[in-house]
This record gives sequence, C-alpha cells and structure tokens, in this order.
Amino acid sequence: MPVSVMPTSSRGGAHAPLPAVSAVGLRKAYGDHTVLDGVDLHIPAGSVFALLGPNGAGKTTLVKILSTLITADGGQAQVAGHDITASSDGVRAAIGVTGQFSAVDGLITGEENMLLMADLHHLPGRERRRIAAELLERFGLTDAAKKPAQSYSGGMKRRLDIAMTLVGAPRIIFLDEPTTGLDPRSRHTLWQIIRELVASGTTVFLTTQYLEEADQLADRIAVLNDGRIAAEGTADELKRLIPGGHVRLRFLGPAAYRSAAAALGDTVQDEEALTLRIPSDGSQRELHALLGRLDAAGIEADELTVHTPDLDDVFFALTGSTVPDRSHRPDRSSEPDRSTGPQRSSESPQSTEPHQPKEAAR
Amino acid sequence: MSSLSLAVRDSSTMLRRNLLHARRYPSLTLNLLLTPIVLLLLFVYIFGDAMSSVISGGEGPDRSAYIAYVVPGLLLMTIGSTVVGTAVSVSNDMIEGIIARFRTMAIHRPSVLIGHVLGSVLQSVMSVILVGVVAVAIGFRSVDATALEWLAAFGLLVLFATALTWIAVGMGLVSPNAEAASNNAMPLILLPLLSSAFTPVGSMPGWFRPIAEYQPFTPAIETLRGLLLGSEIGADGWLAVAWCLGLAVLGYFWSAAKFDGDAA
Repeated sequence: MPVSVMPTSSRGGAHAPLPAVSAVGLRKAYGDHTVLDGVDLHIPAGSVFALLGPNGAGKTTLVKILSTLITADGGQAQVAGHDITASSDGVRAAIGVTGQFSAVDGLITGEENMLLMADLHHLPGRERRRIAAELLERFGLTDAAKKPAQSYSGGMKRRLDIAMTLVGAPRIIFLDEPTTGLDPRSRHTLWQIIRELVASGTTVFLTTQYLEEADQLADRIAVLNDGRIAAEGTADELKRLIPGGHVRLRFLGPAAYRSAAAALGDTVQDEEALTLRIPSDGSQRELHALLGRLDAAGIEADELTVHTPDLDDVFFALTGSTVPDRSHRPDRSSEPDRSTGPQRSSESPQSTEPHQPKEAAR
Repeated sequence: MSSLSLAVRDSSTMLRRNLLHARRYPSLTLNLLLTPIVLLLLFVYIFGDAMSSVISGGEGPDRSAYIAYVVPGLLLMTIGSTVVGTAVSVSNDMIEGIIARFRTMAIHRPSVLIGHVLGSVLQSVMSVILVGVVAVAIGFRSVDATALEWLAAFGLLVLFATALTWIAVGMGLVSPNAEAASNNAMPLILLPLLSSAFTPVGSMPGWFRPIAEYQPFTPAIETLRGLLLGSEIGADGWLAVAWCLGLAVLGYFWSAAKFDGDAA
C-alpha cells in the first residue's frame, strides 16, 4: 500500500497549519454538461465548512471528488495533505464520508455494521467491541443494536451512518446533506453531534440546502451555483454582501398611508397593500429616529416589522439566476422579494434547473 | 501491513459479511436450490423411463441408469442456479450506499467482490452437497471412483463454481437492479438444458451439436461423468479446465473494471 506521507510536509505543518482541504480549479463535466466549472477551496483544519447550493449545483459531485469516489476532469486538490489522485489511499485513510444516501448495510444489525467498520479499520479484537458499543451508546442506538438496520427509522439510520463514519476516528468528515429528510428533532440531535465532533478537533465539510443549518454550524460558508463558488465567507460576511435591511410599515387606511409616505420621503411604496419600506439597518438609533418622525407627523402605523438580511437573502441573491441559459438571466439588480421571510422554502430556484444530472449514488 | 495481508484480512471481513447475509436471509439460496432438485426428481421419476430409453439405445427403460446419467449435469446446474443468487445480491449490494462507503475507505478494493465470490463458492459447494445427498437418496451411486477421483470431481466443481461466480458478479455489476440481474444471469441456468446434461449430444439435431458439445457445461459434465462413473474423459478434461480458467479470468477482469469505474 503506498504510504506517501512526506516528512517535510508534516513538519512544515507546525509552522503554518496545513489546510484540511484545498482545491484549485476543480472541474467535472458529464458529456457536455458542466457540473463543476473551476472550484477553489481552502478549508482550515478543525473548522466547519458548509457548502450551500440548490439541488444540482454540484455539491455532491464536489464531495465525491474530494472523497476519491470519482475523479475530476481538471484542477487539483489536497485532502489532509494528500493529493486526491496521486495518493488516494492517503486521503481515504484520513477521511470519513457520510453520503446523501444512507451508507449502512440494511441486511445486518446496527452492531454488526459497527463491527464491520471496526474490522475494516483493522482494530484489534477487544478494541473493536469497545468502540462499537461506545459509539452506539453515544448515538442512542444501544437498544436497537441487535435489530437489522433496514428496520431503523430515517433518523436512526442517519445516526448509525455517522457512527460508522466515526469508527476510524477520521480527521476530516464529509457530510453530504446529513439532515435532508430528517424531522426537526433528529436534525437538532445531529447538529449537536456535529458540534461535538468539531469540539474534538475534527474538520467537518458539510453540504446542505438549508440556510439555517449553515448559519448554525459553519465557520465558513461557500455558495455553490452553476458549478462555481458564487461567494464565500462567514455567515456575517455573506450577509453583508447584499443590501436589504429595512423597516416595513403597514397602515390601516389610505389617509395615514399617504401622509406617512409624504412625511418619510425616501421609501419604497406599495399603495395597494398600504405598506412602506424604509431602508434601515434595524439598529435602535435608526428605529428611534423613524418613530420620532412618525410621532412628529402624528401618524400611527398599524404594524411595524424590522427585517435584517439573512442567509436566505444571500442565497436567493446569489442563486436566483440559476437558469443555465444565460441569455434568459433575469437582471441581477432585480432583488428577490424578501417579504415572505425565512420560512420560504428553498424549492423555487431548484425547479428552474431543467437538466441537472441525477447525483444519486450509481 | 503488506498489501497481501491487507487483501487477505479485508477479503475475509467481506466474506464474513456475505456469510452473515446468507445466514440471515437463507430463502434466496433455498429457492434457487429448488430448481435443480425439482428437475432431478422430474427427470428421474416422470421422464426417467422415456429418457433412459434414449441413452440406452432402445434397450428398454432403466431408471437407475438414467439417475447416474443425469446427476453430474444437475450438480453443475446447481452451481449455475446458485450463482444467479450471486448476481442478484451483487446488484442489490451496489445499490446500497454501503458500497460507496467502502470505496472511500483505505481498504483492499477488490475485497468487496472477493467476499462475494468466496461466499458464493461456499454456498455453491453446500448446495451441491445437498443436491448430491438427494441424488444418493434416490439411488445414485458412483462406479469404481477412487478417492483421488472424488477429490478431482470436487476440485472441478469448486473451479466451475469459481468461474461462474466471477461471471455472475460481472453480470450483477452491470445490472441496474435485482430483476435485471436475475434476467441477465438466466443463461447460467438455461445453458445446462442445452448440454449433455439430460440427453446425449448425439441425439440432438446436427446443426446444434457443435454448440452443445463445446459450451462450458458439456465438457465439465463429461469430465464429472468420467471421474464418478468411469466413462471416457478424453479431451473434455482439459476443455473443462480451460473453460473454467478462461471464464474465471474474464469474469475477474470484467468485474474489477466495472467496480473500479467512476461511481457516478
């Protein structure tokens, strides 16, 4: 087995910590459909990196390339200091992968699945049972350990899946949409697990289409769109990328609406709904000033809501134009309508993806 | 760890996994075992009198002679039938995400397939023994077979099982689902019907004889007959071994290429 840990690179790590994952110009195409169009990544060790993007953006393809499941057409990448093509076994020894589709053996029990992983990591006899039992306990699967994995619920399968990934104590973990299809409770359990992993020094590479998830977990977030990284940064940095904080005032009658519009001046007006949108960062000082002006004019708004930009806004601003045919791109300046708030499902941009290849395993 | 000991260790882990599957879900194996046993009983008790007239050259029915004639072919058919299960389980396995997991681990890559093959060969041997027991129970007896000949017969059966299993693994890998795998592997059950298993090649229409004579089952059946019943083996022995080695090597490289291809 080729083991190619070069002493220089590991010693060099003491000075400038090696990134867990770094990639330059990764490309992948299926036929004439380009899935990844030059992706660059730099993920520091010990951090959580979230790759955000609509369905078909190429998230799974990127994970498959970095985890040595498929090869890239162009570009290069190092994972845990190993080149993904030249030293794929080195990469494999350092990573754990939980794919989008449950990677458990449904025909055997949860415990047998864990012992299978322990055997494949060549753990010694007593150690394997101890680690299997420990992880089953930690993931709340001890009671179900003797049952076939195919009888597990979606949340249990996902937990078993991640427990199996952890058997070899990988330094870098890839989680491809780990909470897709889970109920809110299982989702929060998983978030807790991911936070614990990071606390113990593991690097986590996470893909998700849930903005809240990226916001909750990730140190850095990249938005993948049309095979390119459309933006990258912390959640706050990304939110700063787009304007959009505002205060929304609603009035009961047209009279109050008109006098408010006149008194406030610079507003976005919606006469039909009797609402005004006033650009604002939502700070106490600006709110105070706004209310002062309303009071001075003797106007009472029926409803006041403060809207600060969230990742939804970033997401829609960056991926709103995902129609592959660029000639049909809507104007960049047409800002997404924010009034429906963060609960708006992220399905709308995905349905505009007409011919993405199926990213399913096999 | 050296690459050989890694290969042995991971392959034996995978073999344990496959045996666990077989033990937990024996119904597939048992269903496949039904075909050769039913055929054995059918050909001996229903068609036995008519068929034995054919092989004895019109000297009248002799059912026990026909039992001796038909058993070697049915033992090999048992292997063909068992490996259909291999194709199905490989195909099922590839759909499972666990294979993707194995691919991302630093393990001996072919061990997944080797586990399937070893498990399947063991199952074939067990099935052959079961069918053999039924055959002996209804009156099959070897004729002057020495221990060495029994050993050679056993070796041939194992070699034949290995060859067909590798082909079946390849079939399982190229099949999108279990149904397709089962259909693709069907020739492995049908081929014995077009061999000398039930009736001598000489009794077949002339244009068909070369096909029946040189397909992999016939030389293996004739060799088995020679070893257990003392008939002439001739060139069939080498032909059988050549077929087995050829199919095994072909199946191995075909499967390995399919398994190593891009998972997407």
